Amino acid sequence: MSPRPSPDEGLTAAQLSAKYGLTVSGARPGLAEYIRQLWGRRHFILAFSQAKLTAQYSQAKLGQLWQVATPLLNAAVYFFIFGVILKASRGMSRDVYIPFLVTGVFVFTFTQSSIMAGVRAISGNLGLVRALHFPRASLPISFALQQLQQLLFSMTVLFIIVVGFGSYPSLSWLLIVPVLLLQFLFNTGLALIVARMGAKTPDLAQLMPFILRTWMYTSGVMFSISTMMEGRSEVFVRLLQVNPAAIYMDLMRFALIDGYGASNLPPHVWAIAAFWAVVLFVGGFVYFWQAEERYGRG
Amino acid sequence: MAEQNLEQNPVDPNPGDLIPTVIADELHIVYRVHGAKTGKGSATSALSRIVKRGEERGVRKVHAVRGVSFVAYRGEAVGLIGSNGSGKSTLLRAIAGLLPAEKGRVYTNGQPSLLGVNAALMNDLTGERNVILGGLAMGMTREQVRERYQEIVDFSGINEKGDFITLPMRTYSSGMAARLRFSIAAAKDHDVLMIDEALATGDRKFQVRSEERIRELRKSAGTVFLVSHNNKSIRDTCDRVLWLERGELRMDGPTDEVLKEYEKFTGK
Repeated sequence: MSPRPSPDEGLTAAQLSAKYGLTVSGARPGLAEYIRQLWGRRHFILAFSQAKLTAQYSQAKLGQLWQVATPLLNAAVYFFIFGVILKASRGMSRDVYIPFLVTGVFVFTFTQSSIMAGVRAISGNLGLVRALHFPRASLPISFALQQLQQLLFSMTVLFIIVVGFGSYPSLSWLLIVPVLLLQFLFNTGLALIVARMGAKTPDLAQLMPFILRTWMYTSGVMFSISTMMEGRSEVFVRLLQVNPAAIYMDLMRFALIDGYGASNLPPHVWAIAAFWAVVLFVGGFVYFWQAEERYGRG
Repeated sequence: MAEQNLEQNPVDPNPGDLIPTVIADELHIVYRVHGAKTGKGSATSALSRIVKRGEERGVRKVHAVRGVSFVAYRGEAVGLIGSNGSGKSTLLRAIAGLLPAEKGRVYTNGQPSLLGVNAALMNDLTGERNVILGGLAMGMTREQVRERYQEIVDFSGINEKGDFITLPMRTYSSGMAARLRFSIAAAKDHDVLMIDEALATGDRKFQVRSEERIRELRKSAGTVFLVSHNNKSIRDTCDRVLWLERGELRMDGPTDEVLKEYEKFTGK
């Protein structure tokens, strides 16, 4: 060990560190301490998510205008294909179907992009993880927060479309706030889970788009589960409906669109929405924290 | 964790003694590199490796640090030398707790910090926002960042030739960017400070200024680790040197002794 003479000669490293109150470098803090540290980093989490959001379009000539233009163009494509060419309605009037479709796409994209960002949150930022000290959960949470801000831009576009198809602002629009909050918790939980898995197995980033696409098609983004599955067994329909993505989409549609009534929602819909949010967020957070000291090995 | 020390000093039996701040105990660090396994690179062979679920699975291990042990004391400036790829930077990161140890342990007093914020900065953002982001990333509060902001900008000298701080960092020359990065990183005081060849950035004028700043940081820090290939800067700053070769601690002792052996080894 050290060549210097010292009265501590003969002590083992562990005894020596205990004597002088040293702690193991990079050890995982307890859950309460971890949450406290994370709270201390809240400004960094917010600043990092905003920085990522701004950096996205900083090379474009129109700059931040793309934050709104991108969802607007997305909505225009769907309107053109389903509203003009196919004149699809899937059992709904056109004035309901177009806002139904656009709401579904935006809400699902929120979850989808949170997961995609979550998978790469650790594995794509190894430089940061290996250079600076902070609770690693800051990264997936920050990415989920970035997607929430992105969605808020999309929501302004969504409002215009919904009003354009004859659903005017009413009290039920206030429900948007709890829906977004619950979905954000759910997304963050998922992002934390896939961040840990992606840190160990980066291949997940390649696999994820396929899983997400399957999920999208079974969630009723483009069709109403209760109308399309008419005649199928009750259990089957209910199983499709309790899918968290379907729950958050249907709640958002119910809040925004006049012609989309409560009959389209499964029973106990708010309880299910809260259940998914709490279970995924708490479970995901604990799951992520359990591997805290191992991130950065790459 | 300065409070911790203040509490402990009075109970210390012999106040004049050496107080350890960093203890490395038989430390091993292993990197795992994906997709670098020699052999057939085809998709089917990769698939079969995954299916076989062996220990390896297409991963190559790089044993970067092999069983290093040392104790560093308060007030010491420790230099780390060794040829390229000998594990110096890896050892620093492990001390900082940024790289998980494969085997063995590092005990530290408080949270050692690596001098450098490069990874947190974004080229597409303005220098202004990067100062704020970098400060927050290092764990400063919003108020501290606001207080230090002007100081950081002035130190970097970015605005000496016009209002560049409001331009995106990608428009900076490499020297300007390096100066801003150093200025942000050096804005915080540290208990255990580690510097990884950060001395030679920017023009001559900036180098003098940054060396001065490092001396200041050294004064306020408990223990300093310096990685450098410049024997002169090691001699100027360090009183003890660890010599790493192939991940093993080859020599540990006073600067002059170790540097003499090292210079003999490298054939100078």
